[in-house]
Amino acid sequence: MTELTLLTMADALKGLAEKQFTAVELTEAHVRAVEKARPLNAFITETPDKALEMAKASDARRAKGEAGPMDGLPIAVKDLFCTKDVLTTAASHILDGFKPPYESTVTSNLWRDGAVMLGKVNLDEFAMGSANITSHYGDVVNPWSPGEPGNWPRKLVPGGSSGGSAAAVAARVALGATGTDTGGSIRQPAAFTGIVGIKPTYGRCSRWGIVAFASSLDQAGPMTRTVRDSAIMLRSMCGFDPKDSTSVDMPVPDFEKALTGDIRGLRVGIPKEYRVDGMPAEIEQMWHKGVEWLKAAGAVPVEISLPHTKYALPAYYIVAPAEASSNLARYDGVRFGLRVPGGNLKEMYENTRGEGFGKEVRRRILIGTYVLSAGYYDAYYLQAQKVRTRIKQDFDLAFQECDVILTPTAPSGAFAIGEKMDDPIQMYLNDVFTVPVNLAGLPGMSLPAGLGADGLPLGLQLIGKPFDEETLFRVGGVIEEAAQFTATPPFMA
Amino acid sequence: MSYIQGETGDWEVVIGLEVHAQVITKSKLFSGAATDFGAAPNSQVSFVDAAFPGMLPVINEHAVEQAVRTGLGLKAQINLHSVFDRKNYFYADLPSGYQISQYLQPIVGKGELVLDMPDGSTRTVGITRLHLEQDAGKSIHDQHPSKTYIDLNRSGVALMEIVSEPDLRSAEEAAAYVRKLRSILRYLGTCDGNMEEGSMRCDCNVSVRKPGQPFGTRCEIKNVNSIRFVMAAIEYEAARQVEVLEAGGTIDQETRLWDTTKLVTRSMRSKEEAHDYRYFPDPDLLPLELEPEWVEEIKRTLPELPDEKKARFIADYKLSAYDANVLVNEKAKADYFETVAKGRDPKIASNWVTVELFGALNKAGLEIEQSPVSAENLGGLLDLMADNTISGRIAKEVFADMFETGEKPADIVEKKGLRQVTDTGAIEATIDQILAANADKVAEYKSGKDKLFGFFVGQAMKATQGKANPAMVNEILQKKLQG
Repeated sequence: MTELTLLTMADALKGLAEKQFTAVELTEAHVRAVEKARPLNAFITETPDKALEMAKASDARRAKGEAGPMDGLPIAVKDLFCTKDVLTTAASHILDGFKPPYESTVTSNLWRDGAVMLGKVNLDEFAMGSANITSHYGDVVNPWSPGEPGNWPRKLVPGGSSGGSAAAVAARVALGATGTDTGGSIRQPAAFTGIVGIKPTYGRCSRWGIVAFASSLDQAGPMTRTVRDSAIMLRSMCGFDPKDSTSVDMPVPDFEKALTGDIRGLRVGIPKEYRVDGMPAEIEQMWHKGVEWLKAAGAVPVEISLPHTKYALPAYYIVAPAEASSNLARYDGVRFGLRVPGGNLKEMYENTRGEGFGKEVRRRILIGTYVLSAGYYDAYYLQAQKVRTRIKQDFDLAFQECDVILTPTAPSGAFAIGEKMDDPIQMYLNDVFTVPVNLAGLPGMSLPAGLGADGLPLGLQLIGKPFDEETLFRVGGVIEEAAQFTATPPFMA
Repeated sequence: MSYIQGETGDWEVVIGLEVHAQVITKSKLFSGAATDFGAAPNSQVSFVDAAFPGMLPVINEHAVEQAVRTGLGLKAQINLHSVFDRKNYFYADLPSGYQISQYLQPIVGKGELVLDMPDGSTRTVGITRLHLEQDAGKSIHDQHPSKTYIDLNRSGVALMEIVSEPDLRSAEEAAAYVRKLRSILRYLGTCDGNMEEGSMRCDCNVSVRKPGQPFGTRCEIKNVNSIRFVMAAIEYEAARQVEVLEAGGTIDQETRLWDTTKLVTRSMRSKEEAHDYRYFPDPDLLPLELEPEWVEEIKRTLPELPDEKKARFIADYKLSAYDANVLVNEKAKADYFETVAKGRDPKIASNWVTVELFGALNKAGLEIEQSPVSAENLGGLLDLMADNTISGRIAKEVFADMFETGEKPADIVEKKGLRQVTDTGAIEATIDQILAANADKVAEYKSGKDKLFGFFVGQAMKATQGKANPAMVNEILQKKLQG
């Protein structure tokens, strides 16, 4: 690592503006970091040449006084975003060789604002997972794994599905990374790696050009080391897109302006149903600490009830696979990606999809197909959607009593690769605090609160009213200030 | 009511039709790609139509307008709230693995359609619903011994699926339904009804029952692409079902194909292979909400439709139901007739249009839009008869010329010197000559052989090259032969 890779985005922008260094220097430092961080397996495709090209262009713009809000900042892109002419895999064998002839709207927005692409980072295949252990390109290692880097006795998971994004940001390989969050895939890995991640309100970021997993739940968002950096990056990513019918036509606030530090009188909801059986004591303690920090800053804690919380995970694991089973039908070997030939069309489909999709993806497609099938649709899918409405109503009612909700992000810190792997249900329980937020379409942020007994990061989650990301940033800023989370992972590039 | 005579008695045929009509729009239902027919393969395909990763559908407002317009033309209920659903199945010409359609909440509800039967009677049948959905691409199996070629130009084109109530009771009624529906769609400009090009296709649901019994099990015959085949397929299928039932068997509910060479229906899928479409609301699209004012505006701008036009033709022009039917089944024909009839005798206009003009067009294989005789010119021909410039007989000659050359009737009459002879003096002189030259026949006539009158008329017409005014010839001959 160098001084340049330890910067925040905000400080890097300042340094560039003050000509302390150039965008090319900043990018070069990060390109070297990408190489050094290879043991983490965070990157699927490194794009150093492209990065330097973009950095040069950034310096030229800055020289003309035309620097954009993220000009020169090197970031990593989760390999779920289609990037023009650059391999895009969704961490799946079935997209072998796929180089999109188009750029996703979110990444277009980032390049429009001057950001620099270091490469495409690893994830759980088709964003299905909570540990980044289902990728065709191998597991990602959490830089917080103890022991000798590259020779770890016990590799820890970075969380998922945006595991590569989280690992890259935490290991100081990129200043920030894009993630997507369908059931917690930005927030949970952010918690496991001690960084900040925010999933905005459904409809804030365009889904056009993002490989679809579950259409009514997917949202893109930034993953960075500070709250301010997330505010900077989210502002660039957001915006109405007429090519996405679920994109919301609302103005994008300057989220940085929300970082006033003033939360006096703010009512913070503490949902009693989030106190689950068997929750580790240190998670409970961290949650308490969070409440204390907010109280000290003048906020008012309020106990609230979200009565249908316990149905959220089952509802999610019906709705998400259902939509995925349909969204993934297009991966059939006919027009792009892997094709495994067969004697006839049906055989080709079976060979291609059987070989091209990993086990977890196949499992979810089958679950999704089942819950939509004749005779089961009403009992499963329809019922789950009704439960979803109830969950949304819970939040609507709760937000009459409070302005923001505080919960833990995950029921544990990072676990080891190999633990929790036999039972998919165990794995699904990782998402118990995060999925209700996606089901209700609300904005949610995770930020590092402290270290657990084993020295691993623990995260706190803030849940906001629809389109009220500004309150999340405001409160997040206060927590960040109070937590003073200065710990760094053992491995930094 | 027409029944099939079976060995165990009469059988009633029950038919319901599902018509898939391609909507006239510049671009597709959910993408901006073009919809022109006959383009080079895969030249009108957007990444959305090809279902590339990350692509999303965006609704084409004009397609929605066309569906509403069609619903209004069918006097149907317009549903201000409707939902798009995914119909999931795998096939190589369906890139996304699902078709965006409407299942439980279609854009148009119940309506009706009036059948014009050949004998002049009418019968109103019900329309169950109309919904919007995507068309699939084309699979071409004959370009290669072991490969199928896929052309996605058609993938994503907007279709209206129009479902009738099972109210039809014969192949003739089914044909009348398709004809009428096609006519209405063309009037509205929402579908060109071109069955040969595939822009209108018909699925026929057929079952049989003994009169008074509940509905029997139906079979669906898919994608019948001509009215002729609709009739033939229904007749064949009804007969097949009667035969099976009379032999003591049962009808399996199945999907069948009409074999256009062997002229039989064949089973397409067995029950085990029947699709479970796993319909669910498309999460990439919002429910469709229509403003009542927007629907009202479309209603205000509807053209006069065939049934209204037919009623008006009967009331105002005093035409028979039969003639009115013939004229209104195509808007272009009705407009042509009204141009000819303007300021003229409507019955004569109707006669010349339906008999002479349509006859000539049919013989030459031309559509009304391709008529070499313009409506103005045909009107001019009628004027020349009305003011006695030419006789009806000569007019037919002039018409034949007009059809060949497209020239104005007055010009042809002048050029060929076909003016009617109405000068009484000249006619008298001609008749005197004829009577003088045929004194023996005159005597025969006077002694009772009335039939010879026609002979003298014929001679007079011959002598004047047909130009003598027939009425005058008659009058003068009468007078002369009496005296």
